[in-house]
Amino acid sequence: MSVFEELRKIIVEIKDIPEEDIQLESKFAEDLEADSLDIVEMLMLLEEQFDIQIPEEEAAKLKTVQQVVDYVEARLNA
Amino acid sequence: MVVCCYAGEGIRMYFKTQLCDLLNIEYPLIQGAMAWIAGGRLAAAVSQAGGLGVIGASGAQRDWLKQEIDTVRRHTTKPFGVNLMLAAPNIEELVKLIIEEQVPVVTTGGGNPGPYMETLKQAGVKVIPVVASVALAKRLSRLGAAAIIAEGTESGGHIGEMTTMCLVPMVVDAVEVPVIAAGGIADGRGFMAALALGAQGVQMGTRFICAEECNVSDAYREKVIKAKDRDTLVCGQATGHPVRAIHNRFTREYLKLEKTGAGKEELEELGRGRYPAAAVEGKVDEGSVLAGQICGLVSKVQSAEEIVLDVIKDACRVKSLLGGIACQSQD
Repeated sequence: MSVFEELRKIIVEIKDIPEEDIQLESKFAEDLEADSLDIVEMLMLLEEQFDIQIPEEEAAKLKTVQQVVDYVEARLNA
Repeated sequence: MVVCCYAGEGIRMYFKTQLCDLLNIEYPLIQGAMAWIAGGRLAAAVSQAGGLGVIGASGAQRDWLKQEIDTVRRHTTKPFGVNLMLAAPNIEELVKLIIEEQVPVVTTGGGNPGPYMETLKQAGVKVIPVVASVALAKRLSRLGAAAIIAEGTESGGHIGEMTTMCLVPMVVDAVEVPVIAAGGIADGRGFMAALALGAQGVQMGTRFICAEECNVSDAYREKVIKAKDRDTLVCGQATGHPVRAIHNRFTREYLKLEKTGAGKEELEELGRGRYPAAAVEGKVDEGSVLAGQICGLVSKVQSAEEIVLDVIKDACRVKSLLGGIACQSQD
């Protein structure tokens, strides 16, 4: 499964929204109605899923689905 | 393990949990840091009585905080804390002051303390974030939080959605560090209930509004004392930053606007400056009287020392009552 598909699954689990509403360009706050606690939950699940740790200063920059996918892919290929 | 003892009037009580060792305090009772009104006098009185007093520096200027820290130090040599609102524009300046002043404990709200955690920890400051979710508690304990305050929606001011009853045991199971329960606690019964949920201590805010040393207007205190069980409500769900307050003219006006589907900006504009108007200027009709649901149990003005000792004494009583319940496990 691609990073995007995994991330989608995680967001569906947290926000209970239809999968097709989650697109690469979706913004967490505006488009997905995710508050700060939802985002922390997403980070924790991502870390578990991909066995990485996302530092706070990086986490603060992640505002869209695309940004998260790019960040995780970069980490996995590093 | 909890060890406690009340040997009679005038004899020093003893009540110890892991949190006492961590913070070097006598009783595992932290005073909630109400912005604007929990100054150095209140913090010093709570610490001197054996709890942990905390200066509420949310929205404060550097010079004010310096002055309040000096006040604490003039009245007690015991440990105390400062509460920081992380979204504050002058947060860097306040963090610097806290390190210079070697404040022993910082509690945090209104954001993720991640970016400041390392700096404060390196300087020997114990950071205790206030959280309303398990995931955030896990993340912050991994980043080095000394303890976690799990705050339920019963609290006054900015709140999350989980109740204390449900949040505390879940956070206790999720983290290794001591957990402090907050929200809905004002006496020894709530205190012991929190310990039963696995907490190592409690934080109380609302009852300390009615401490003599609290820098709050008389009219505000009167509102808290008069309030009954159903007198608080939640405003601002639509802004994403819900707040619990005692209902009054202002909350009616606010909720009416909220019901019309007004935007975030409009609601924030209506709410601006309302809390200090009530807390400092005593305008309790047009201001926002923040308080927790437990205000219905707060019935008098007392010194901070009386409050601390009253809660601990009551907790000892409850503990022995519980010890008297007959039961037997099967293994």
